[in-house]
Amino acid sequence: MIEAQGLVKDYGAKRAVDDLTFTVRPGVVTGFLGPNGSGKSTTMRLILGLDRPTSGDVTVNGKHYVEHRAPLREVGALLEARSIHTGRTAYNHLLALAKTHGIPKRRVMELIDFVGLHDVARKRAGQFSLGMGQRLGVASALLGEPHTLILDEPVNGLDPEGIQWIRNLLKQLAAEGRTVFVSSHLMGEMALTADHLIVIGRGRLIADTSVEEFVRRASRNVVRVRSPQAILLAEALAGPNVVVTPVEPGVIEVEGVDAAQIGDLALARHIAIHELAPQQASLEEAFMELTRDDVEYRAA
Amino acid sequence: MTAVAVTQPRVVRAEWTKFITLRSTLWSLGIGMLLTLAFPIIFAAVTGSHWAHMSAHERADRHPLDIALAGVNVAQLAIAVLGVLVITGEYSTGMIRSTFLAVPKRLPVLWAKLGLYAVVAFTLTLPAVIISFFASQAILRSHHILQISISAPGVLRTIVGGALYVMGVGIFALAIGAIVRNTAGGIALFVGIFFVIPPLMNIFPLNWNNAISKWLPSEAGRQLFAFHRDPSRFAQWPSGAIFLGYCLLAIAIAAVLLRRRDT
Repeated sequence: MIEAQGLVKDYGAKRAVDDLTFTVRPGVVTGFLGPNGSGKSTTMRLILGLDRPTSGDVTVNGKHYVEHRAPLREVGALLEARSIHTGRTAYNHLLALAKTHGIPKRRVMELIDFVGLHDVARKRAGQFSLGMGQRLGVASALLGEPHTLILDEPVNGLDPEGIQWIRNLLKQLAAEGRTVFVSSHLMGEMALTADHLIVIGRGRLIADTSVEEFVRRASRNVVRVRSPQAILLAEALAGPNVVVTPVEPGVIEVEGVDAAQIGDLALARHIAIHELAPQQASLEEAFMELTRDDVEYRAA
Repeated sequence: MTAVAVTQPRVVRAEWTKFITLRSTLWSLGIGMLLTLAFPIIFAAVTGSHWAHMSAHERADRHPLDIALAGVNVAQLAIAVLGVLVITGEYSTGMIRSTFLAVPKRLPVLWAKLGLYAVVAFTLTLPAVIISFFASQAILRSHHILQISISAPGVLRTIVGGALYVMGVGIFALAIGAIVRNTAGGIALFVGIFFVIPPLMNIFPLNWNNAISKWLPSEAGRQLFAFHRDPSRFAQWPSGAIFLGYCLLAIAIAAVLLRRRDT
């Protein structure tokens, strides 16, 4: 459980995080979504005690991160920025972290196998690819078998197989009752992984909702209809709340009536229908629609 | 995993693991100690072979303990650079974030690094200067010159003082690294304090220079391994106390900043 209360972080004159209040609950994967530069990484650093909030408060499992006697047991974190000494091997990196908590060597070996780094465990981390670095980061995060996981853009640099692996891992960890908080700037990725979404833009909270609700709220309900009698159908559909847009000869897009109603009406009027397809706005479109005014950097 | 918790001894063990698992650390320590041994030996050999051609003035300038402790000047640089790196290496690679995630109270990390590094610097330097003493004496003996016994008054305390000085330099440099958080900046600051400021004092009239210089960390530190008391400086142990004071001041600043700053 992560609880943020009126969290604010200023860097000089720039406000990176602006009055964020949210709760991340255990048992589900909570996505933390926002365009690049929207304050996701900063928020995560505030949760983890790496940065101090200008004002407001954030706790993990009821305490400030700094106050936990065994922080790696409470929270496992994968930061976006590299957090590994390039001259040290993967094994020694994990071993040094494990020793701070008295975690046995056995656990280090288990994790190296688990994240698939067995063959490179004795290689220096500086020689690692981005994907291998991410796997080592995941191993660090899991070291203390934490109740809460905080992962900043974990799929960055991973190949499709690695992405699949992360997705399944996050879902499994949530299913075990852990709190899983994972950031991404990719809506599509979040839709596949997360159950709940916290969306921010320019440091401010935009939405705190389930993924389904987010998509439903953001998408236009348009139905695409192909019919040899499209004009006839358009006339039949006409009503105060209905907008019909011709797309091409024989194809119209209808807004304000759902596919079932259109099909029923066509049957009643003996109008042939060749295609009846609800058009959901893509997730990326939905996300862009929602954050349009809150993007920090935009192409001209 | 019931007894899982962060404790100071565990942080020390973790820091020790970090210390010995970097090849660069072991290399620079090894080379530093090798040079610490090599310098007095070369110094003794050159002194011995040129003794016959030296003027009385030149001969009077050579003291057996200066020769034996010639390596301290090299060791201090190696130990200082590594001391800065012990902490700035974590900032430059981002390792510091992993470190502070594991030990979010942060100060146990500083204590562990300082304690371990002090022990490492002293336990490496002390045997190195003792070996240097006997090796240089053996070379000088073959030329029948500049003999002094380790049991002669003041000899042992000067040798131990040399190792203590190097240890202090290591601690001071590590604290500077923690304050500056940048390798180049940390080394530059150390070199500035120890090698640039002292000669700058020469621009002052001599009585001003002496009044100021005895309070400088580098000059106070040097008196720890000066066999002959320099009348313009404080004696060995008072100077040592001043040097220690500077080390503690640097540590205090580092500790306050370490807790306060964002990472």
